[in-house]
Amino acid sequence: MDQDVLMGIYVFLLAIFLGVELIGRVPSTLHTPLMSGTNAIHGIVLLGAMIILGQADAWWLRVIGFLAVILGAANVFGGFVVTDRMLEMFRARRPAAGAGQKQ
Amino acid sequence: MIENWRDAIVDLSYLAAAILFIFGLKFLSVPARARRGNQLAALGMTVAIVATFISRELEVTKEEAGRVVSEYSLTNLLLIIIGIVIGGALSTVAARRVQMTAMPQMVAAFNGMGGATAALVSVGEFMHKVGIGRGEIASIALGTMIGSISFTGSIIAFLKLEERISGRPITFPNQKLYNAILFIGIIALGVVVVALQEGTSARIALWILFAAALALGALVVLPIGGADMPVVIAILNSLTGLAAALTGLVLSNQALVIAGALVGASGSFLTLLMARAMNRSVTNVLFGAFGAAPAAAGAGATGEAKPIRETTVDDAAVTLAYAQRVVIVPGYGLAVAQAQHAVRELADVLKERGVDVRYAIHPVAGRMPGHMNVLLAEANVPYEDLYEMDRINDDFVNTDVALVVGANDVVNPAARNDPSSPIYGMPILNVDQAKNIIVLKRSMRSGFAGIENELFHDPKTVMLFGDAREKLTELVAATKAA
Repeated sequence: MDQDVLMGIYVFLLAIFLGVELIGRVPSTLHTPLMSGTNAIHGIVLLGAMIILGQADAWWLRVIGFLAVILGAANVFGGFVVTDRMLEMFRARRPAAGAGQKQ
Repeated sequence: MIENWRDAIVDLSYLAAAILFIFGLKFLSVPARARRGNQLAALGMTVAIVATFISRELEVTKEEAGRVVSEYSLTNLLLIIIGIVIGGALSTVAARRVQMTAMPQMVAAFNGMGGATAALVSVGEFMHKVGIGRGEIASIALGTMIGSISFTGSIIAFLKLEERISGRPITFPNQKLYNAILFIGIIALGVVVVALQEGTSARIALWILFAAALALGALVVLPIGGADMPVVIAILNSLTGLAAALTGLVLSNQALVIAGALVGASGSFLTLLMARAMNRSVTNVLFGAFGAAPAAAGAGATGEAKPIRETTVDDAAVTLAYAQRVVIVPGYGLAVAQAQHAVRELADVLKERGVDVRYAIHPVAGRMPGHMNVLLAEANVPYEDLYEMDRINDDFVNTDVALVVGANDVVNPAARNDPSSPIYGMPILNVDQAKNIIVLKRSMRSGFAGIENELFHDPKTVMLFGDAREKLTELVAATKAA
């Protein structure tokens, strides 16, 4: 069992380095959308909630799991929709910005 | 054999999801590709959720006649689907309807929900599993602690941004001492849980740890001033990622570990970037109690005696209409009044008269970095009219009129001149160097940081009091007539 944890820690540490590398040069305009986007990605914890609820064999575990699934799903869906709404604004003005730079 | 295929498909799907998250993050940090990045990440999430439905992890394991049998529980599957539909539908509606101004608190709310999920998953796993190793129990204790702190911390951040509770730091005597004791207590409980491993006492200890961590999350964020909330949300966001990764360690689920760690790392890095933009150190944000009550009250008392010049809409309109160069400085007040369309109208009228109009955007104007860009883009303000602080700061000397709409702390010269000011050292827009300054503001109330602003008493400054949208609309009419 603990072998799995070690494997997980291995993957975890590599992903930590990757995470910093990936967003190294983000402009300040994108700070808020990026934060919102990563906020949606940690909604992945929904998978854990699904597993808890799927394996539940007692009523109180079902309550914990059900609550967790609702909250996790809210994090995922709401997170991606809000981020998309922020970024929609960026797309709308892009052609104008491009034209301005060429002149 | 068939079962092996199933595992392989699930594992490969998780790998695909992880790769989609990685590209999603990569694209999210480039303006031209950011939207596609978000869509890629959403696709990755869909892949991961579908894979989990296929996986054996959702099956209930039980012993029947000496044999171990695994099978789906239809009730549980149905509950999962209902839960996803309820949570997904409610949050999608909320996310669609929320005003652009309220985005920061929306992010805080969703983050809190993620934190709560991580804590519940950790607790549920401990109560459910038997015979788990110490490494897993340590992850459970940490996941419960971090998830809970993130949950209640986010709720307080949400309430502060909504102004349901005061944005001012809320402090009481020996607060830091109590928090430290609580924190040490939580760690001790975690050690107890790991040592006991299982049984009723271990379960009780984990429940107490859960409750104590919930309290700590609220207590840590309460004394932090509203102006620092963006940094706080970034920290809590990173913590939720970490908590998600910890649940992944317990469940041996690599998708959770990778996605959680990516968010934990990028979130911490983003926290540092934001703190740097505000010239605040992260330790200072967390433990500094920004703009502590006595200092703010003292400054307010001396400030009231100082003279200000109030102006009328017509006078301000004439000043603007006959200027050559105007710089508009938007702040949170503009966002609150939903005045982004009105301000663009005014800029259009001025441009028709041949006035050069630009917007100066402070990196942390509004409640979050990039907040103003999003709002002004919504009102179709041309991208090339928006100038970041470094590009426009030297131009204020040549500016005839600086029109400050609902901005306060980001134009406060005290950040440059007064070493005793709590915001001393924060980069500000050099509005005070413009030839004339018009400040449009609701009242003389101090800004989010709770600090007196010298700019309002500058002899070059005139104040125009009122709701930003109303006054701007009146200014548009008056400028047309001027």
